[in-house]
Amino acid sequence: MMAQAGAPGADGLLTRDDARQLADRVLALAQGFDEARVNVTSVWSGNTRFADSSITTSGGITDTSVSVTVTIGRRRASATTNVLEEGSLKRVVEQAATLARLAPEDPELMPELGPQTPPVVNAFVQQTANLDPEARSGAVSRAIDAAGRASRSIGGVFTAGFLNVNARAVAVATSRGLFAYHRTTDADFSMTARTSDATGSGWASAGARDWGRVDPATIGRIAAEKAIASRNPQAIPPGKYTAVLEPAAVNDLVPLLAGALNARTADEGRSPFSKAGGGTRIGEKVMDERVTLYSDPSDPALLAQPFDNEGLPLKRRTWVEQGILRSLSYSRFWAAKQGKEPTGPPLAGGLVLAGGSKSTDELVAGCARGILVTHFFYIRSLDPRTVLQTGLTRDGLFMIENGKITRALKNFRFNESPLLMLNRLEDIGRPVLTAAGRMMPALRIRDFDFASSSDAI
Amino acid sequence: MSPTRRDFLRSTAAAAAGLAAARTLPLQAQAPVATLPAPEADAAALEIAREALDAAKRAGASYADVRIGRYRRQLIGTRERQITNVNDSESYGLGIRTLVDGSWGFAATSTMSRAGAQQAAGDAVSMSRAARLVRKHRVELAPAQPVTGTWITPITRDPLEVPLEDKVALLLATNEAALKVRGVRFASSALELLREVKTLLTTEGTNITQTLVRVGPTFSATAIGADGEFQVYEEEIAPRGKGWEYVESLEMPMNAERWAAFAAEKLTAKSVEAGQYDLILDPTNLWLTIHESVGHSTELDRAIGDEANYAGTSFVAPPEKMIGQLRFGPAFMNVQADRTQEESVTRVAWDDEGVPADRWLVIENGLFKDYQTTREQVARIRQLTGVTRSHGCSFAESWNRVQFQRMPNISLLPGERDLSIDDLIAATDRGIVIRNTGSWSIDHQRYNFQFSGQIFHEIRGGKIVGMLRDVAYQSSTPVFWNSMDMIGGRSSYWLGGAFNDGKGEPSQSNSVSHGCVPARFRNVNILNTRRSA
Repeated sequence: MMAQAGAPGADGLLTRDDARQLADRVLALAQGFDEARVNVTSVWSGNTRFADSSITTSGGITDTSVSVTVTIGRRRASATTNVLEEGSLKRVVEQAATLARLAPEDPELMPELGPQTPPVVNAFVQQTANLDPEARSGAVSRAIDAAGRASRSIGGVFTAGFLNVNARAVAVATSRGLFAYHRTTDADFSMTARTSDATGSGWASAGARDWGRVDPATIGRIAAEKAIASRNPQAIPPGKYTAVLEPAAVNDLVPLLAGALNARTADEGRSPFSKAGGGTRIGEKVMDERVTLYSDPSDPALLAQPFDNEGLPLKRRTWVEQGILRSLSYSRFWAAKQGKEPTGPPLAGGLVLAGGSKSTDELVAGCARGILVTHFFYIRSLDPRTVLQTGLTRDGLFMIENGKITRALKNFRFNESPLLMLNRLEDIGRPVLTAAGRMMPALRIRDFDFASSSDAI
Repeated sequence: MSPTRRDFLRSTAAAAAGLAAARTLPLQAQAPVATLPAPEADAAALEIAREALDAAKRAGASYADVRIGRYRRQLIGTRERQITNVNDSESYGLGIRTLVDGSWGFAATSTMSRAGAQQAAGDAVSMSRAARLVRKHRVELAPAQPVTGTWITPITRDPLEVPLEDKVALLLATNEAALKVRGVRFASSALELLREVKTLLTTEGTNITQTLVRVGPTFSATAIGADGEFQVYEEEIAPRGKGWEYVESLEMPMNAERWAAFAAEKLTAKSVEAGQYDLILDPTNLWLTIHESVGHSTELDRAIGDEANYAGTSFVAPPEKMIGQLRFGPAFMNVQADRTQEESVTRVAWDDEGVPADRWLVIENGLFKDYQTTREQVARIRQLTGVTRSHGCSFAESWNRVQFQRMPNISLLPGERDLSIDDLIAATDRGIVIRNTGSWSIDHQRYNFQFSGQIFHEIRGGKIVGMLRDVAYQSSTPVFWNSMDMIGGRSSYWLGGAFNDGKGEPSQSNSVSHGCVPARFRNVNILNTRRSA
């Protein structure tokens, strides 16, 4: 059925029929229980990693796993295996049933879903699934060569990077007749370039469902150019500065709002979207009026999985519309309790920060004095009450004066909140694809809190 | 004692004698306990593994190793009076790594048959050949004696064999106790239990099977104040390479009320005034600072740039300017790497290249001494260190990931005087004591870090005068460690750790333990993390 000798790579992914057959086999084994759900995941993955102009590791993975969730009365548990022989499938069903019998009754248990009609999203791109080891080595060579050409003036740069390709088929089936199947691909290429004097570092990346939208040579060139431009960085005092965040940097911060978008934590008084005295802040203005945030698996730019783990169809959800909190994410239980529609997990349907029409360069040009950020690193939550985060800038931080980049700066640690910063918006750029399922614009933020200086290059 | 264990102890002793000599310390009492026997390799798996190695050799590999792994993982999560998640997972498969003309290839499959093994071996060799197209450095493996045998984490009760009802009962009783505390509205507790059985065969003749067991309990409580304010407290429960007996020894239901009371107390704690303070870090906090600033900075793959695109590089570079020269901290600072430490989560008999577990000093008398290495890394620094063997730091999170350099236990050794944290507090005029880990973040060369905690107490005139909140400390690694002026002694040593530490592309998770004593640091920058929404 899969990964037969002679059928390597993504061709071995489970088809819709394969997945249905496998799910039916497992559901038949679980027939004696009140309810059952089967989640099937079939993956092929290929990766190539390089450093100092040599491929250091590369790998290929094929795997299919089956997760069974069994319900007995109000008790439910699940078990997972990737051993697909009959005996093993039987064991995993029994294991789930044993766990379920032992579990206490779940007062929040929701019945498994019956047949649903999720939107059909065609997220599988053959060209991506065809990226074999030779093709990946070729892509790595093109990036390294481009970095070499762009850095000829300084005798070349040290390069390190990673190319990862995934093809994945997922299916959900329930004993109540639900069956949903989705197939997807994604490719990500990122590269870091460092100068031999160890004073400059640059980075660039691209990710998409379609490998055709990722250009290794461009990534190599940008990483090298940033490395060269970032040499000999100067220290300026920590403090609050206007910041122009490139789309990759915005992508590091804005999706961290996901946790705060949970309706239950808001209702329980544990979120910045909790209303004083109870309830949520839905309907209130929580960000600058130029901010609109939405998820939509069917959006051609996102092409996300159109159903969640339980098989619940995912549709377009506008979380924030022109600065007003419009929706929070509701699990099926919490939705039923609060009389709302269930949404599935936050951001499961991808994420777009809708914006304006300007490029990053135009945001820089409109800045009298500020700091341009390439991307961030090691971001951790400091305070869930305000979604306050800490982290560091990395691989290219530049001073902007009178609309022009004037010099390289030493890195900073920041203490900043994506929620609070979207209230200090000066300008918003045009959203671009930052990774598969993510569209983010560049942003210009007033008084971004660069809290302390870092010596890291 | 099995021949395996004897070999293991001999190799460890030899390594210790040859390297760091008298300074390395076994840090736990080696009490004899009845532990479970180590399982042998599965015969069918061995046949498949041999087929994979043969196929790799036929296809032109000069070296190959194959790992067959069966991973059982159980997660049980609860909140208040209910279960949020019970999942039991099994993952079984093989990964084969090949060397062709000095380039690595790796392929993994869950198709466990001779045909599956042949396919994976062929794929790995194809990957080696493709990698050969972009090659500046040839891989050179440091010599390693082939080893055979079996080993198991010393446990008295396999946590996966304990009835689920006992586990759930323990967690729900823990939550119930926490909810007794006035103001505490939410309580969560969970167990993560892992058993990995892995067999490694190499074309050099190694054939070993190890069973590794780890347990990781967690607990947190949230208190809500009258004004809508909320505070969370997380207890610092170290994951350990032990069995169910460890979980029981924690007496979570008995302690939960005391733990939860901290969440409520934090509601009325004073918000810290930012500034410079002397800082006393309890081992429950300091272990993570050691992990981030010492553990990661002394990984050789970072120092030479292999991790530059992701986890980052290191300020402890280049090796030729660092080894024996970099003043990391005061003369009483000794940091030991150790994959033999009792109860630690990285404890093994051999690493994922079949290299015997090792113990050595990373920092000796305040000076940087040696990095963490795998077989292919040894050649980079052997002229500088005189060490010709790998330190045995190769590890892969699963059969489907390639093994690479991962952190062993990295521990701050106790001071000569047996001081306690109370002695450190009594000697401090104006300071803050921090317990348990909170938020943590450090830059990609391991200089600038900012860490928080769970409980903060203000010290005035050698005494604790009250609780603080909204505290984070920020410093730069070399400045910070050189500001350390007091450490605790042997009786204040505690082994903390993390169940999941990420590194590599594709990202892999590794468990790691860190032992330490309380320590004092002078004039550290303290921030207030409170913002108004």
